[in-house]
Amino acid sequence: MIGFVARRFATIPLVVLGVVTILFVIFKSVPGDEAAFVAGATATQAEIEAVRVQLGLDQPLIEQYVRHVSGLIVGDFGYSTTFRGNPLPHIINRLPATLALAAAAIGLTILVGIPAGVVAAAYRNRLPDYLISLSVVGLLAIPNFWLGMLLIAWLSVDLGLLPSFGSSGPASLVIPTLALAARLIALVARMTRGVVIEELRKDYVRTARAKGLSKGLALRRHVLRNVMIPTVTVIGLQAGYLLGGSVVVERLCAWPGIGDLLLTAVSVRDYTLVQAIVLIFVVSFLTINIAVEVIYRFVNPRLRYA
Amino acid sequence: MPEAVLRRRRRSGRRINLFLWLGALLLAAFVVLAVLGERIAPYDPNAQDLFAMLEVPTSAHLLGTDNVGRDILSRIIVGTRFTLSIALASVFFAGIGGIALGSIAGYFGGLTDRIVTGVIDLLLTVPNIVLAIAIASVAGASATGLTIAITASFIPPLARLVRGRVIELMAEDFVAAAITVGMGHTRILLRHILPNAATVIIIELSLNAGQAVLIGSALGFLGLGVQPPAPEWGTMLGASREYLTLAPHLVVAPGIAISLLVLAFNAFGDGLRDVFDPASTT
Repeated sequence: MIGFVARRFATIPLVVLGVVTILFVIFKSVPGDEAAFVAGATATQAEIEAVRVQLGLDQPLIEQYVRHVSGLIVGDFGYSTTFRGNPLPHIINRLPATLALAAAAIGLTILVGIPAGVVAAAYRNRLPDYLISLSVVGLLAIPNFWLGMLLIAWLSVDLGLLPSFGSSGPASLVIPTLALAARLIALVARMTRGVVIEELRKDYVRTARAKGLSKGLALRRHVLRNVMIPTVTVIGLQAGYLLGGSVVVERLCAWPGIGDLLLTAVSVRDYTLVQAIVLIFVVSFLTINIAVEVIYRFVNPRLRYA
Repeated sequence: MPEAVLRRRRRSGRRINLFLWLGALLLAAFVVLAVLGERIAPYDPNAQDLFAMLEVPTSAHLLGTDNVGRDILSRIIVGTRFTLSIALASVFFAGIGGIALGSIAGYFGGLTDRIVTGVIDLLLTVPNIVLAIAIASVAGASATGLTIAITASFIPPLARLVRGRVIELMAEDFVAAAITVGMGHTRILLRHILPNAATVIIIELSLNAGQAVLIGSALGFLGLGVQPPAPEWGTMLGASREYLTLAPHLVVAPGIAISLLVLAFNAFGDGLRDVFDPASTT
């Protein structure tokens, strides 16, 4: 297991190098003089030239690229105009908020999505199933930021139950988590419903029923064990949504994570910061996927020997 | 037993068509709104009426007015055009890009495949909305920038799907036969392989269109999409944020419009999948 994890983590630098290269090409093609931008609107020509030399922008592109990559290896992400220097420490400061939001969303998804799917399957083609399936279709169509706005209007403005923005204690996590998790809950519920219906048809369930187990007991004792696998699959496939969706939800709720920082970086055209945050997202995405594979091996012993 | 199977098939058959038809009907309604736009809107969508600001829905303004007294119903109707055309354009271009890259990689294999797949796999590690935000920041905040951003974020997954399907089809006898009789690569791809991949692609594109509406409106909401005063739905929601306490009715209509359009694309795509690819559903 440890060897497997180590091997998977070893691929991260290679992928990151590829992404860095693509981002470098994209952001170097932005029109405009980078040095003049960093120096500011009031800078004289001499000051602009000084900045150009300082940041190495007078060098050929290939040398800038080498410098950029070798900087990244030692943790130097370049000159961010927002922070007047290496943005990495500031990003790391904000990372826990985003991770907390993502973790809360995954937790809520497991807590709500799986039971909803099991209930829908157990009451297949009856009222509870129709209600749950309808909610799934609805939740997949509703934009997360709109759901967040409605929740703010209802829970904080109307009822005054929760803070509408910022991060003052666990209560502030409720609305962003609900907004972010809604889509995942719907996907997990739909997937779980399908899997449970399929499992209920299998021989081992018939055996369990034949030896006298009630349908509910067969479901709890035997079928539920097989439900974790598709849930893990959905969360792995939706890792991109989880991270991307957090950007929008963080901005809506003023949640101080790296998604909110990304949007600030975009609005002030701090491309160093934009690239740095995109890289952090990529590393998080890869880490989630490795974690998913590890959990897979735990919940599905068949894979361990494959 | 066969009777039960038949009954199940009949029942699911009815539900399938319901989804497909519901989606198609809704989409048709949105297309009508997009085409007619100003001609059926009760007011000019950008006409301000400073004596009727932030009004709740009345008989004069069925969905109320916004912070400068513009009629929300008219803005929703005219805004259909932005959202729908951005979604359709990005899906169209993503379709072309994804089919081209995926079929080249799948058909030629070898080094070409490894390079294309390598780049696709790299881009897939960037969450699509993050990629769209990064590209929108470079391409500029406009309908064009938004379309480029969404297109770019859809190409990698689509190319991967097409590549997989093409590789599957390459193993079929009719492709081997086409190669044997000496057909050109282009002809084999266009005449024999892609038509057989069409169903999968069309279903995927239809579901992508729903995603495009969600991403487009999210970017509009964040101020990275269509700029005000254009009545794009996500942009309208972004502007209504400040009035959440004062005029919550501003938040309702654009959100419902977005959800209905996404629902229409999703239902249409799911319906198509149920009809053409029954094996994939449970």
